Amino acid sequence: MSTAPESASQPKESQAQKAAPSPVPTPDAGLKLRATNVNFFYGAFQALHGISLDMLTNRVTALIGPSGCGKSTFLRNLNRINDTIRNSRMEGQILLDNEDISGVDVTNLRRRVGMVFQRPNPFPKSIFDNIAYGLRINGMASRSDLRDKVERSLQRAALWNEVKDKLHESAYALSGGQQQRLCIARALAVDPEVLLLDEPCSALDPIATAKIEELMFTLKDQCTMVIVTHNMQQAARVADFTGFFLMGRLIEYNLTDVIFRNPAKKETEDYITGRFG
Amino acid sequence: MSKRLIWRKGVNALMLTLTGVFTFIAVATLFLILGCLIYNGASSLSWNFFTKLPLSAGEEGGGMANAIVGSLEIVGMAGLIGLPVGFLAGVYLAEFEDKVFASLIRYVADLLNGIPSIVVGLLAWSLVVVPMKQFSAVAGSIALSVMLIPVVARQTEQFLREVPNSIREAALALGANKWKMIATVVVPAGSKGILTGMILGMARIAGESAPLLFTAFNNQFWNGGVTQPTASLPVMIYFRALSGYEDWHRQAWAAGLVLISAVLTANILARLVLARGVSVPRG
Repeated sequence: MSTAPESASQPKESQAQKAAPSPVPTPDAGLKLRATNVNFFYGAFQALHGISLDMLTNRVTALIGPSGCGKSTFLRNLNRINDTIRNSRMEGQILLDNEDISGVDVTNLRRRVGMVFQRPNPFPKSIFDNIAYGLRINGMASRSDLRDKVERSLQRAALWNEVKDKLHESAYALSGGQQQRLCIARALAVDPEVLLLDEPCSALDPIATAKIEELMFTLKDQCTMVIVTHNMQQAARVADFTGFFLMGRLIEYNLTDVIFRNPAKKETEDYITGRFG
Repeated sequence: MSKRLIWRKGVNALMLTLTGVFTFIAVATLFLILGCLIYNGASSLSWNFFTKLPLSAGEEGGGMANAIVGSLEIVGMAGLIGLPVGFLAGVYLAEFEDKVFASLIRYVADLLNGIPSIVVGLLAWSLVVVPMKQFSAVAGSIALSVMLIPVVARQTEQFLREVPNSIREAALALGANKWKMIATVVVPAGSKGILTGMILGMARIAGESAPLLFTAFNNQFWNGGVTQPTASLPVMIYFRALSGYEDWHRQAWAAGLVLISAVLTANILARLVLARGVSVPRG
C-alpha cells in the first residue's frame, strides 16, 4: 500500500475534469466500484461535475471536503438512494464489479451496497426487529436461523454484549453511539459487499466515535467501505485512500498518506491545513 | 414605580384576566351541556332504556334498544367502508405524492370535509334510497362513510408526514421497495396517530343526524336487515324532541346523554392511544 503510483498524483490539468486521478488498483486489491464521469443535477443545479473515482475491494475510501462540496451526493449515488429525490438526474456511469448499477435491480443493488447515515436512524421497533428487518424483507433467513444471524450481526458491530439482555426493548432506549452501531449492525445483517458511511460519527461524542472507527478496522477484511467525513483526522485514521471534493469536483484522489503529507493541489493543501472549509 | 410601569402592569393583568375568563366560557360550555343532559336525562336512564323497544306515543316507559343497536350497525358499516378507503387515500397523499394531482385530491378532500352533512344525506338519498325504493341502514352507512373518508384520509396523511424521512431512507437502503417500506416501517411508525384519527372520525359520525334523516330514517322496531329502515340515536333524539309528550322528551335527553358519553369515551380512548407516545422521536 505504501507504493503510491506516481502517475496518479500528476494528472494533466486539461483532463482533470474528465478523468480525475485515480489510484491504480494495487496487486492485493481488486476494483469494487468505479465511477466514470459522474454528473449529478438537483433540478437545474449541477451538484457533481465529472467525478471519476475507483474504490478498491476491502479498502476504506474517505471522501473529504467542505459542506456542500458534493461528497454526500456522490456517496448517495453509489446505492442509487438519490433516485428517490424528485427532479434529480445522474449522468455518467458507476460500475459495481464491472456491472453498470443503473441496469441492475435497485433493491438488489441496495442489498449489496449498504448504507449508514449521518444521524442514527433506527426503526421504531425493538433492537431485534431492527436487525432482522433486512433479513426478513430480503427473505434471507428462515425463522430458525434468524436469531443466530441477528446475534452475529450485533457481534460484528461490537454491540452484542451491550444489548444481549434487552433485544426486545425499543431501539430508542439505546444511547446515540449505540444506536449508530445498531444501524451498522442492521446494514451488516444482509451481508453487504460495500458499506457506505455518510458522516457516521458527526452526531457522536469522541468515545462513541472511537468505537465506530475501531469497528471499521475490524470490518475491513469483510467489505469495501466508503466514508464521507468532515473530520480530517478521522479520514487520516481510517482510510486507505482519500478523495478531496470542492464545489462538486474531485480535486485530488490518492493514498491517504499522500493526500495529507504531500498533496499535489493547492486547494487540497489549503483545506487540510485549515485555511478554508 | 413609574407611571408607565404601572400602566403596563395594569394592561398585562387585564389581558390575562380577559383571556382567562373567555377560556373559562369556552370550557364551561362542555360542562354546561353535560350537566344539562344529566339533569334532564339521567332519570330516564334505566335498564329498560337499553333493553326495551320504544312504546307507542302516550305510553310511559319503553327504551331505545333498537336505536342503540341501529347506531352501532350504521356507524360500524360506515367504518367498514370509510376507514380503509380513507386510510389508503391518506397513504397515497403522503407517500405517492405527485405534486399537481395530490394537491388536487387534498383540496377535494378538504372541500368534502366542509360540505354540510344534510347535503351528504341528499346525495346518499338520490344514489341509494331512490334506486332501492326504500330507506335503509346501508344508505345511512354510505352517507356517513362519505363524511368519514376525508377526515381519515387527512389524518392519515398528516401522521405519515410526521414520520421522519431518515427511517424511510433506512428501509430503502436495506433493499426494501417502496410499498414494503410503507407497509413495514412508515405505517407502523405512524400507526398511533392514524388510529387516533380513526377513532375521532368514528366518534364524529356517530353523532350525526342530518345524513341519516332521509337515508336510514327511523324505525320503532328492530330492523329486518341492513336494507330496511333503521333507527339510530341521533335520529331518535330528533323525532322524540319534536314530539309533544313529556316522557318522550325525557327519553330524548337520555338518548343524548348516552350518545355524548359514547363520543366522550371515544375521545378519551383516542387521547390514551396517542399519549402512549408518538413512536418516532422527531429530527
